[in-house]
Amino acid sequence: MTKALPSVSRPATPGFATFDEPSHSLLIDGDGEPDFGAIQTSDDFLDLKRRVKRFILPATVLFLAWYVTFVLLSAYAAGFMSTPLFGTVNVGLTMGFLQIVTTIIITMAYARYSKRKLDPQVDKVRALVETDEELA
Amino acid sequence: MTGANTAINLSVFGIFVLLTLYIVYRASTRNVSASDYYAAGSSFTGTQNGIALSGDFLSAASFLGISGAIAVNGYDGFMYSIGWVVAWLIGLMLISERLRNTGRFTMGDVMAFRMRQRPVRAAAANATLVISLFYMIAQMAGAGGLMALLLDVHSKVGQAVIIAVVGIVMVLYVLVGGMKGTTWVQIIKAVLLILSVSMLTIFLIGKFGFDFSSMLDRATQRSPLGEAVLSPGVKYGASDLSKIDFISLALALVLGTASLPHVLMRFYTVPNAREARKSVVWATWMMAIFYSCILVIGFGAMALVGSDKITSAPGGENSAAPLLAFQVGGTVLLGIVCAVAFATILAVVAGLTLTASASFAHDVYANVIKHGETNPADEVRVARITAVCVGVLAIVGGIAANGQNVAFLVALAFALAASANLPTLLYSLFWKRFNTRGTLWSIYGGLTSCVLLIVFSPAISGSKSSMFPDVDFAFFPLSNPGIVSIPLSFLAGFLGTVLGGEKADPAKQAEMEVRGLTGIGSGLR
Repeated sequence: MTKALPSVSRPATPGFATFDEPSHSLLIDGDGEPDFGAIQTSDDFLDLKRRVKRFILPATVLFLAWYVTFVLLSAYAAGFMSTPLFGTVNVGLTMGFLQIVTTIIITMAYARYSKRKLDPQVDKVRALVETDEELA
Repeated sequence: MTGANTAINLSVFGIFVLLTLYIVYRASTRNVSASDYYAAGSSFTGTQNGIALSGDFLSAASFLGISGAIAVNGYDGFMYSIGWVVAWLIGLMLISERLRNTGRFTMGDVMAFRMRQRPVRAAAANATLVISLFYMIAQMAGAGGLMALLLDVHSKVGQAVIIAVVGIVMVLYVLVGGMKGTTWVQIIKAVLLILSVSMLTIFLIGKFGFDFSSMLDRATQRSPLGEAVLSPGVKYGASDLSKIDFISLALALVLGTASLPHVLMRFYTVPNAREARKSVVWATWMMAIFYSCILVIGFGAMALVGSDKITSAPGGENSAAPLLAFQVGGTVLLGIVCAVAFATILAVVAGLTLTASASFAHDVYANVIKHGETNPADEVRVARITAVCVGVLAIVGGIAANGQNVAFLVALAFALAASANLPTLLYSLFWKRFNTRGTLWSIYGGLTSCVLLIVFSPAISGSKSSMFPDVDFAFFPLSNPGIVSIPLSFLAGFLGTVLGGEKADPAKQAEMEVRGLTGIGSGLR
């Protein structure tokens, strides 16, 4: 990780002041292109990264571990997996079906989390570079 | 079996082809730009693209291969479908949005984003072409088996002719429609496929009084394996080696899905990252419904048709779903199911052809040969020529692979994708230090090790069910190489990076990371 820097690391051209927008310096370089280095170390972007990580990391570890467990049990614990649960439906078939269910749950949870926590933060970061003309 | 009703089957199928060709023709824009041809001008909504994604993904391997594998091997066949559903979480959380934000048309756009353009693009295109060809050959082989059943064509020559016809029609879709036309074919096909499998499922389960348990009960009586068919291990439980093969397969399925080039390319047909996310959510729902239904259809086929009859039918395992349709709904339902399966093959192969041609034209021709200085019209012309060449190769390969289990062949394509693409994509998206050398090592390391292990596996030689049963050069004991080649590719990418080569460009890395997460600089809204 690079050291935390103040949100603007090199001189950026001052943005156009508007009446209703709070004035903050736009992270745009001399040619009007976004200053990616400065954005990458800005607080808003770091916050976005933290929010992304907070969901994706545990969710990915969880679903991969759950899937691998299922596969390993199928390969090495056939006896356990063929224990009947409901009539002829055994543990293995139920667990397999539950994999589908958990996939749907994680998918919907991620969609919801993105809408609530990620998208607004993405908009915040994008606002750092959006000039007034683009907002119009 | 169906000789007298060939006419019905053929006409259902013929109507589908004519109808879709007409739609493809209408959807195609007159003045085709590169963006239209490759990415349908990014004009599809998340919902439309989600349905098209499932259309692209749900191949003959899923419909015919998986239902057949379940009908014959029970539990071990069911494993495939689980991996293919769970895999979408990788696409959803790690790949789709970042890919949409950083690339334009191909996987090479993302892999080469912060690397030296020419070698990385060439490598990405090589991987795309090899994977697409493998996948296509599997689909074409499925077409042969299906037609054997549908038209009662038993001679290899007759089936070869049919495979050639499939190849020609799919090239037509691509040439006429580009991405827009192909996407509409996927949407129509996905809707047809999901509707027909859900209706078949409701009907089947109704036949057993909506009691899945009693259906399984009946199924075990019709299988020579008896109760064992519901437990793991029928196909892969024989020895320690076959258990490792099973784990290898499971790994390839879950890691390969989100790195298949034709799936990746779909994310460019939507206007922004949020729509890309929405498409994966839709696709995941479609997968969940489809594979739950296939579970019922597979065991239904076992219960009503019987495993023995399926294995001895022309087309073997792949014929379980059509045979079941014939059993419960006579020739009309058989015709419908076969037409849907056929549509599936056509659409998937068209999607693959498009991807392969885009990759060659955009990455190799425009960026490697012409150094990025070509006009879009030339690029599209090259893409079209490539589509024809790829079509010819797929026809030849399909004829050679005719008769193999489609799901098994497709699993090899997944192993290739998981080995060559996934490590590279993940490193370049998430690892700051990753450099050009690491990229090349992980793509080529994964690709070549995987291809070599397949060549020297029992899938190609040395056993009754291999492609060349009469010779034996199978040094590698596993039929799916994923468990070796996937970690190898991760390792190669890591070593290539830490052992030298030029340093990663921090400015480019910053741009890629910011752009990947927010879309700043991509021009997308």
